Amino acid sequence: MNVTEKFTPQTWPEHPETATMEGKNKFIGFWLFLAGETVLFASLFATYLALKDSVPDASHPLAKDLFSLPLVFLMTMILLTSSLTSVYAIYHMRNYNFKKMQLWFAITVLLGASFLALEIYEFNHYVKEFGFTFGSSAFSSAYYTLVGTHGAHVTFGLGWITALIVRNAKRGLNLYNAPKYYVASLYWHFIDVVWVFIFTAVYLIGKVG
Amino acid sequence: MSTVASKKGIGAFIWEYLTTVDHKKIAHLYLAAGGFFFLLGGLEAMFIRIQLMKPQNDFISEQLFNEVMTMHGTTMIFLAAMPLLFAYMNAVVPLQIGARDVAFPFMNALGFWLFFLGGIFLNLSWFLGGAPDAGWTSYASLSMRSEGHGIDFYLLGVQISGFGTLMSGINFLATIINMRAPGMSFMRMPMFTWTTFVASSLILLAFPPLTISVFLLMFDRLFGSKFFDVAMGGNTIIWEHFFWIFGHPEVYILILPAFGIFSEIVPTFSRKRLFGYSSMVFATILIGFLGFMVWAHHMFTTGLGNVANAIFAVATMAIAVPTGIKIFNWLFTMWGGNIKITVPMLWALGFIPSFVIGGVTGIMQAVAPLDYQLHDTYFIVAHFHYVIVGGVVFALFAAAHFYWPKMFGTQLSEKLGYWTFIFFFPGFHLTFFVQHFLGLMGMPRRVATFLPGQGLDAGNYISSIGAFLMFIGVVLLLINIVVTSVKNKKVANDPWGDGRTMEWALPSPPPYYNFKQTPLVRGLDTWWLEKMEGNKELPPAEPLKDIHMPNNSILPFIISSGLFIAAFGAMYSPLNVVGDGKPWGVPVLILGLGIMFGTMLLRSLLDDYGYYIPKEDLVDDEGKGGRAG
Repeated sequence: MNVTEKFTPQTWPEHPETATMEGKNKFIGFWLFLAGETVLFASLFATYLALKDSVPDASHPLAKDLFSLPLVFLMTMILLTSSLTSVYAIYHMRNYNFKKMQLWFAITVLLGASFLALEIYEFNHYVKEFGFTFGSSAFSSAYYTLVGTHGAHVTFGLGWITALIVRNAKRGLNLYNAPKYYVASLYWHFIDVVWVFIFTAVYLIGKVG
Repeated sequence: MSTVASKKGIGAFIWEYLTTVDHKKIAHLYLAAGGFFFLLGGLEAMFIRIQLMKPQNDFISEQLFNEVMTMHGTTMIFLAAMPLLFAYMNAVVPLQIGARDVAFPFMNALGFWLFFLGGIFLNLSWFLGGAPDAGWTSYASLSMRSEGHGIDFYLLGVQISGFGTLMSGINFLATIINMRAPGMSFMRMPMFTWTTFVASSLILLAFPPLTISVFLLMFDRLFGSKFFDVAMGGNTIIWEHFFWIFGHPEVYILILPAFGIFSEIVPTFSRKRLFGYSSMVFATILIGFLGFMVWAHHMFTTGLGNVANAIFAVATMAIAVPTGIKIFNWLFTMWGGNIKITVPMLWALGFIPSFVIGGVTGIMQAVAPLDYQLHDTYFIVAHFHYVIVGGVVFALFAAAHFYWPKMFGTQLSEKLGYWTFIFFFPGFHLTFFVQHFLGLMGMPRRVATFLPGQGLDAGNYISSIGAFLMFIGVVLLLINIVVTSVKNKKVANDPWGDGRTMEWALPSPPPYYNFKQTPLVRGLDTWWLEKMEGNKELPPAEPLKDIHMPNNSILPFIISSGLFIAAFGAMYSPLNVVGDGKPWGVPVLILGLGIMFGTMLLRSLLDDYGYYIPKEDLVDDEGKGGRAG
C-alpha cells in the first residue's frame, strides 16, 4: 500500500489511524506505552501522598499554606479545554479536513502553552514567596517531582504536536502521518487525565486534608 | 554472519550491525552483548568465591568485595540474564508467529543500544573511581551514604538500560498482539511466545516503578532533593517498596521466558505434544498476575506489621500452585514420550529437580516467622541461585544449543555440550546446595570474610570448588562456540528433526524477510502438523507479492549515545552529594539530552517509508528456500 497516496473525503477511510499495519502497531503500542506511563505516575502519586506535609520543622510551609485554588482552577480549565480542542482536531482528521485539523491542533498547542506558563508562574511564586524549593524538604521534593513530571510531559507534548503541524504543513494528510497525529492526541488526553488526578490528590486534598 | 564479513570487509560488517533493524541481527547483538556481560558477572562471581574460599582471606579488600558483589548481582540480572533472553525472543518469537519482523523495528534497535550503552556506562565505574557498593538492591539508607560515584553509575546505568528494556517489552507485546499470521490464534501460540507475551506485560508494568525509584534516588544524590533524607522529612522505605514492586516481577520476567524455552524443548525431544497446553497458558498468566502481589515478602523484617506479613506470605505461597502445574505438565509431557537425549534436553532434565529445590526453599521463606531467621543469610543466596541459575541460566544454555542452528545456521557440538553440562551441573549443586546449610548455621550474606572455627570453613571451601567447576563448564561452552563457528558446517531447516513450531520450517538462518509468503496456521505445533501430513513447507496465506521492509538506521545508536553523554553531565551536577560537581556538569547534561531529543525530532521530520522487495527477486531466491516457510 502506498501510504502517501492522496485521498478525497469520500475515499478517506473511516479510521485512518488504523488503516495500515504501521498505524495499527502505533495504535496498540501507544496504548501499551500509556499503561506504563500510568504506573509511572501512580508511583509518583504514591510517593507524594507518603511524603505530603513531611517537613523537618514548623518553619516549612505545608500544602494548605501554599496552594491557591483560583489559579489551579484556571489551569485546570485551560488544560481540559485543550483536550476538547484536540478532539475537534481528530474529528476533522477523520473527515479528511486537513486545514481545520491543523488549526485545532494549533489552538491545542496555544492552550497547552498558556497552561505551562501558569505552571511556571506558580512554581516561581512558591519559590519566591515561601522559599519552597526542590530541596527544601521531602514534601517539596515530592511535590515538584510529581507536578514537574507532568509539566515535562506537557512540554514534550507541545514540542511533539508543533513538530507534527510544521512537518506536515506542506505534505497534507495521508495514511503515513494520520496515526502520528492520532497518538499525539491520545498522549494529550493522557496528560489531561493525569492533571485531573493531580488537581484532586495534590490541590484539593492539600486544601482540606 | 561471518560470510557477510568476508564478502564486504569488516567496516561494512560493523556498520551493518550498528544500523540494523532486523530482529535476527538484533538477536545476535543481544547474544554477544549479554554474553559479554555474563562472562564479566561470572568473573566477579569467581572473585567472590576465591575470597570466601578460606576464613579471613585477603584476596580482595572489603571495599572491593562490596563492589564486586554489587556488580555481580546487577550485571547478572540487568545486563546478562535479561538481554540473553531478549536475544532468543528476538531470534525466535517473530518466526514462531509467522511475522516478517517485530512491530517497531526501529525501536527494537533503540532498545538494544540503550541497554548496551547503559551497561557500558555502569561498568565504566570500575575505571572512574570505583563501582557501586550497596548491593544490587541499593537500599537508600545504605546508598545515600556511599562515598564516590559508584552509586551514581548504578543509577544512571540502570536507568538507561531500563528504558531500553521497557521499549523491548512494548515492542514484543505489540508484535504478538498485531503481527500474528492468519490462523495463529492466541491459543495456538507456542509456549515461548506466550511466556514472552506475559513477561513483556510484566516489564511494561514493573519497570516504571524502578524508573521512578531510581529517579528519586538520583535526584537525592545529584540534584539536592530530600526523598530519602530522614532529617528533612524523607523516608527510605519508599525505595524498598518501589524496588521490590519492580524486583519481584523482575524474577518472573526472567523465569517465565525460561519456562517457555523448556516448554519448547521438552515436547520437541519427547516427540509428543506439550501436556496440558491450556493449563500451561493459564499458569503463566496466573504467575504473572500473582507476581505483582508478593513484593513485600522481601520486606518481612522491615516491620510492616503482622497483617501485612500474613497477607504477603499467603499470596507468595499461592504462586507455588501454578508453578507446580507447570512442573507436572513437563513431567507428563515426557511420560510415555519417545525421549531423545540431546544437550538442550539434558539441560531441561537438569532444570526440573534443580528448580523444584529452589521453589521449595522459596516457600520456606514465604513463612514469615521462619524468614526472620533466614533473612540476609546464605540460605537466601542459595535459594535465589537455585531459581535463577537452575532455572534461567540452564534455560539460556539449553536455548543456546537449541536455537544456535536457527540463529547462525550451524550446530554447536553436542559432544562439547555434554562436557559443559558434566562440569556445570554438578558444579552448580556443589556451589549452592551447601550454602543452604551455611545460611542455616548463621552465615550472613554479603560479608567479605568469616572467622575460622565456626563450622563454616568446609562449606565455603566446597562451595568455591563448585564455582571452579561451573567456570570450566562456561569455558567449554566458549570453546564450543569458537570451534563451531570456525567449522561453520551448514545445517538444514529442521536440524533437530523434530521441530514443532514455525521457525523450524524456515532455512537456518532464515532469509532477511523471514517468510516469502505469510504462512497459514492450521493448528497448534504448526510445523509438526504439516510434517505429519507430509507437507514439505507451510501453506501460504497470501499470493507471492512485494514485501515491505524497514530501512536501516544509525539514529538509534545516536539517540542512545546522547543519553550516555547526558548521564556523565548529570553525574557531575554541582549539587551532587559527593561534592565534586563540575561547572560543565549541567551543560553536558543539556548537550546530551539535546542530542537525544534532536535526533528523535530528526527521526520524526524525515520521511522513512521503508522499501519493497519486488516479488520477481523473491522468485529468484528459490534456491535459498524460504517459500511460505
